[in-house]
Amino acid sequence: MNNILTVKNLKTHYSSREGAVKAVDGVTFSIGENQVFGLAGESGCGKSTLIRTIMRLVPKSAEVTADKLQFKEYDLLTVSDKFFREKILWQGISLVPQSAMNALNPVYRVGDQCIEAILAHTTFSKAAAAKTVVQMFDAVGLQAGLMKAYPHEFSGGMRQRAMLAMSLVLSPELVVMDEPTTGLDVLVQERILRNLKEIREKTKTSAAILLITHDISVIAEMSDRIGIMYAGKLMETADAMELFNEPYHPYTLGLKNAFPNIKALDRELISIPGSPPNLTRTIPGCLFYDRCPFSMDICRNKKPEQIEVRPNHFVQCHRTEHVEEFRKLAGVKKTWQFSK
Amino acid sequence: MKFSIVKDFWVAQYKIIRGNRFGMFGAVVLLFFGIIALFAPYIAPHDLWESLRDSGGKMAILRQPCLEFPLGTTAMGRDILSQLILATRTTVLIGITSGLVSILIGANIGLLAGYYGGKLDEIFMRLTDIVYGMPFLPFLIVLISLFGRNIWFVIIAICCIIWRTSARVIRAQVMSIRQRQYIQAAKARGCSDFRIIYRHIMPNILPLLLLYTAFNIAWSILAEAGASFLGFSDPNNITWGGMLYNLWISGKIRTAWWWFATPSICIILLVSALVFISRAYEEVANPRLKQR
Repeated sequence: MNNILTVKNLKTHYSSREGAVKAVDGVTFSIGENQVFGLAGESGCGKSTLIRTIMRLVPKSAEVTADKLQFKEYDLLTVSDKFFREKILWQGISLVPQSAMNALNPVYRVGDQCIEAILAHTTFSKAAAAKTVVQMFDAVGLQAGLMKAYPHEFSGGMRQRAMLAMSLVLSPELVVMDEPTTGLDVLVQERILRNLKEIREKTKTSAAILLITHDISVIAEMSDRIGIMYAGKLMETADAMELFNEPYHPYTLGLKNAFPNIKALDRELISIPGSPPNLTRTIPGCLFYDRCPFSMDICRNKKPEQIEVRPNHFVQCHRTEHVEEFRKLAGVKKTWQFSK
Repeated sequence: MKFSIVKDFWVAQYKIIRGNRFGMFGAVVLLFFGIIALFAPYIAPHDLWESLRDSGGKMAILRQPCLEFPLGTTAMGRDILSQLILATRTTVLIGITSGLVSILIGANIGLLAGYYGGKLDEIFMRLTDIVYGMPFLPFLIVLISLFGRNIWFVIIAICCIIWRTSARVIRAQVMSIRQRQYIQAAKARGCSDFRIIYRHIMPNILPLLLLYTAFNIAWSILAEAGASFLGFSDPNNITWGGMLYNLWISGKIRTAWWWFATPSICIILLVSALVFISRAYEEVANPRLKQR
């Protein structure tokens, strides 16, 4: 499978009075054609910064470095802003922004905003653009007449779907979705996810999706491949089923505990104690050390490298050989009650 | 298509004004003065500078309002009604020109400074600070003594001064709107900066823009009246302030009440009409004012 997006050792550091905030610190992953890559992690772990970096939406003061950042044949580290804006944005990579419900300009008709996206990148006539938008509206289940409506006349779900339609109008190779279901009730969430699947089947556009959320269940539902992010680092990356069935990283184990399982409803939820580290601090060892029940001295003093524990299953942990033992212990509440 | 946009715009303006009694009053007064300004040369019964004689053949000097001279005459026997009508034209011209030009300057500086921030913002805002430090009258006096008495210099002087407030206020509003999700989304969509500023941000500050346009026009009229009352205006183009100046130098200000009252009332009426209209827009821009 060809990779659409390849990211190697990407770092985004914001400068602040207390020093550099290492919001994204050495992230490596790749997304294949037609693949849904789910990126999960708690709030503030750098998920949004990661995609903002890829889409060049971080403020100019942010310091971005990478060994490789490639989208198709383009090297995103070197292409000019103008080329990126005109040729790659939306035609190559489109975005369904965070809280998409507020991402529509209140003074423009929804349809016109979608048309604008097309006209900004192609030589379509306005009528042709409108026709494309009608098709996309139809694909996400909005009537064509709603193009004339203003955003405030839409419900949250409708706005979300309009943003989805807008992101697909130019059939991009990669759609980035930043928390597409946040702030919506469960029923609407379900409809949108189903919508997404249908569209992928209906339209021949085989867009890859980079799905970002802190909702593990959404990720589980949608993704082919999952990355677990913590404090600016990708702790574990694996195919979806493998990650849920045989997780390696203690953080993944902890996350799994914190979400209810529909097959074991009486299971008690266990949360991970503590909170993520301050990203301005320079930590010599593993960033999860403070909260990890299985940590040892090496974890405090040496940064774990990304290792491939199985084909295509990457983990950043020193103690992967003891994983069988961890998996057993992680389901027990007492394991997580410790203090350092 | 294009016509319907223009029509929609005016219908929207009418709806804003209609809901407000003072705003409606202001609109009527504005329309009245507008029509007079437009047709001034055809309405004015007498020549501006002609010394008139009454039907009996006597010089009509300092006549009180009567049938022959509805608003009286000046110390030189000139018809006040005619002067007032022709002065309306000059005053409205100065008001609208400098009001619009100043909002054009102020809005663009505000939009660019607010949107780009950083160095550009710093430069523009320090420039605004400097202009805030410039007093209007001395500036005008210097300009006029350098280049001569001409209404265009009055307009230029007004424009150079009053853009400052609109620039500040619009910048602040732009800074808030710049951070909204939909602007970020527009950026992600690949909109150019120019497009974001003028297509996405500007419509969102339109009520504020209209409010300050009205304010600027009102302020221009007042500034012009003040300047011409002090004699710093074009002697060939009479304005309301200029009429008051003529009255002052004739020395009849204590007795010729009709000569004094009419231009003053016109200034007050037109300026308050504009303020009432801007109040109506302000209520749209800030609906909380309505609840009080």
